[in-house]
This record gives sequence, C-alpha cells and structure tokens, in this order.
Amino acid sequence: MRRFDYHRAETLEHASRLLTELGDDTFLFNGGTDLLVEIRERLRRVRNVVDIKQIPGLSDITYNETRGLTFGALVTVGRLENLSLVRQRYPNLRSALASLGSIQVRNRATVVGNICRASPSADTIPPLVADGAFVHIYSRTNMRVVPICEFFTGPGRTVLAKGEIVTGITVPPAGDNTGKAYLKHGRRKAMELSTVGVAVSLAMDDGVCSDIRIALGAVGATVLRAPQAEAMLRGTRLDAEAVRSAADKAMEECTPISNVRASADYRRDMVGVLTGRAIKQALETFA
Amino acid sequence: MKRMVEFTVNGEAREMAVNGCCSLLDALRDEVGLTGTKKGCDVGDCGACTVLVDGEPVNACLMLAVEAEGRAVETVEGLQPGVDRLHPLQDAFMRHGASQCGFCTPGILMMAKKLLDDNPHPSDEDIRFGLSGNICRCTGYTKIFDAIKSAAREMEATRP
Repeated sequence: MRRFDYHRAETLEHASRLLTELGDDTFLFNGGTDLLVEIRERLRRVRNVVDIKQIPGLSDITYNETRGLTFGALVTVGRLENLSLVRQRYPNLRSALASLGSIQVRNRATVVGNICRASPSADTIPPLVADGAFVHIYSRTNMRVVPICEFFTGPGRTVLAKGEIVTGITVPPAGDNTGKAYLKHGRRKAMELSTVGVAVSLAMDDGVCSDIRIALGAVGATVLRAPQAEAMLRGTRLDAEAVRSAADKAMEECTPISNVRASADYRRDMVGVLTGRAIKQALETFA
Repeated sequence: MKRMVEFTVNGEAREMAVNGCCSLLDALRDEVGLTGTKKGCDVGDCGACTVLVDGEPVNACLMLAVEAEGRAVETVEGLQPGVDRLHPLQDAFMRHGASQCGFCTPGILMMAKKLLDDNPHPSDEDIRFGLSGNICRCTGYTKIFDAIKSAAREMEATRP
C-alpha cells in the first residue's frame, strides 16, 4: 500500500486542527472501507489519515417522537441495520443498510462515511433524502445543521469546508401514517454498487397522500429528488394511474449517464419501474 | 514512524511494532506470522481475509493494524479447540470436500463460525446472506453449504 501517516485524534477540535494543519492530502479516517480502497487502487493521493474513532460522544443512537432518530459519526452500518427501531420505523433506510457491501464491510463502514463520500450511487443517501434528514457539522468556530439535500454539491463533493467534520445525522420521526421503501437495482444482490436506487417516503391521511418524497440514486451527479412527480401525487389517493404518470415524470426528471454498470437509457427506464414499485411497497405498510 | 500495538490474537497477548499504514492483514501475516488468513483482493471484495475482531467479522485488509490496539482478534489458526482436535466446521469442510483451492476457506470458516455462534440452525437463505461477502471461485458453494449444515448438526448433537 502507498505509505501514509496515521494520526489519532482525541477530540473534534484536535481532528479539525490536524485536518487544516497537515495540509492537502489529509483525510478523515472513519470506517475506512472506501478510503483504504481508494489508497490501494491509487484513486486518491493520501499523505495523512486522521482517525476519529477514539473521539468520545460520536457513537450514540437516540430516538424520540419529536426529534426522531439521531446517530453519531462512528455508528456503523451494521449496528443501525440490526436495530429493531430502524427495522420498524425506517424500512427504507434499513433496506439500504442491509444492501450495502457485505456483513464484513458493514461492520466497519459508517453511514456518515457513506454520505461524506458523496457517491451518487451511495445506498444510504436516497432514504435519508426521502426522509428529509439533517446533517450535523462541527467546525472550530461554530456548529451548523444542513438539510441533507443541500449537503451534496456534485459527485464526491459536499458543502464541507476544510476542517469541518460531520458529527451525526438526524432523521425526522416516522409517524404511524408514514410508509417508506428503498429499492436497489444491481446485477447481483451482494457486494454490489447500485445501478439505480429509488427511495420513497410518504404520508397518508384518510386515504389521501398528504406528503411524498421520491429520491433517485445513481441517475445524476448527486442523489436527486423528483419534485414534479411528487407534486403530481400529493393530494391523490395514489391509485395505479396517478402512480404510473408520476413514475413517467420521474424518468424525465432524472439525469443519468452511461457507464460500466448500465446505459443512461436503461437507468432511465429503471427509474420508471422502481419508482412505481417503491410507492407500491411503501403503501403496503397500510394494507 | 512505527507504533507499538498491544492486542490479543486467538487469546494470546501479542505486541508488535507497525507502520501506521500497515493493514491488520499484513500485520497478522508478516509480523505475527499467522499466514492462515489469506490476501485475496486486498480491497474488501473477496472476504478471504475475514477475521473476527471483538467477535465481529471484518475484512482484515480494510482495518489498520494500529486499530487493533486493545482488541481481541480471532483468526482461522484459533478455530481448532486443541492441538489434535478440529473444530466441527473444519472437520465438515474436509468430509464434504467444501474446499478446493482453499484460498477462500479460512475466511469462510471464520464467517461460518460467527454465523453458527449467532444462529445454530441457519436456513439456506441465512447461510447465503451470511456468506454473501465471501467469494469462492471453485466449489459453486453447494458443498460449503452442505458442510456448514453438517457442522451445525454436529455442534447441536454435542452441545451440553
């Protein structure tokens, strides 16, 4: 492996200082399941890594009815995946967590790492976008909270400035009137990057859709919302005809590229198929 | 700069001096001398380097050796309960021909151990899910599944 220096941060302030002072080519080291691969495959030039795993207070998971689910930067994908609360309240997130990498990878990878890597195909991003999650960001001068849909600025790029560190994520509470789903489309089930991923989070009141968010993964520079498709569905009973028209609209709203995993046309078609299926699956909560 | 790392491997306290960029996999093989854990892809795809860290399976190639400080690492060398006794999984893998070239076997054994420790009666689907991060290019997995189910029965029969 290309050589780099390892630094163990004791506090957020310490980590932030190391990130700024050690210069470019210095990266936060959390789960490491992406960073170490990028170093070995020479995709990223790294001189220093700053391990944040010994920093206290970043491993907590809390839930309450008003604030929702909050988890720290060190919480692994596997730990969240196996939480009954996540299984019951956030089936979209749970499905994304269980489809990421392998068990071995999920025991090391963190959700915060997955979002900071900002891959358009990242599994955990679509459900967090569909649920309207918030990202907690530390800097030495202030803390800020950013809605997750404003966190990404491009493939691999985020609003994080040098020295800023994501400390955790809050996902709003999931009421009894909400239905959620995440569907991942790939060539195989395990150890696969998503070709297209669609997450849906919706709320039904007296049989009418009062709110819906559709998040599309791997079909744009960042994970996208489908605002026009969503608008077509709000206020409807989500009958088959409405869902079909909205799924067609979502196909127009995405901006896929062709690459080694699929062509743009195929991805667009799958957005139509998966959007319809995801809405149907989210509605099964009420069946 | 080398760092001293104190940890336990298969229950035995060890101390080693490693570079910050050294993976746990390289440290186990080159510093500790336990070459049972294999280096397949070295990027977390194949599962050949699966070891248990504090009881949880991880890819040793995706963990730095310095992170092992204070942790308990179990490798395939620690699987057998005694010098002349095999773990039921090892025995079953031999009897069922679940190993051909053998390169994936140590990782699969460690993953299967974790699977049976958590779930003594796994279904085919449980085994498939449990081993989805371990790639075998020889066996087609059928004999591996047979061996794991056979070991599960064996462990059940001898459980006190």
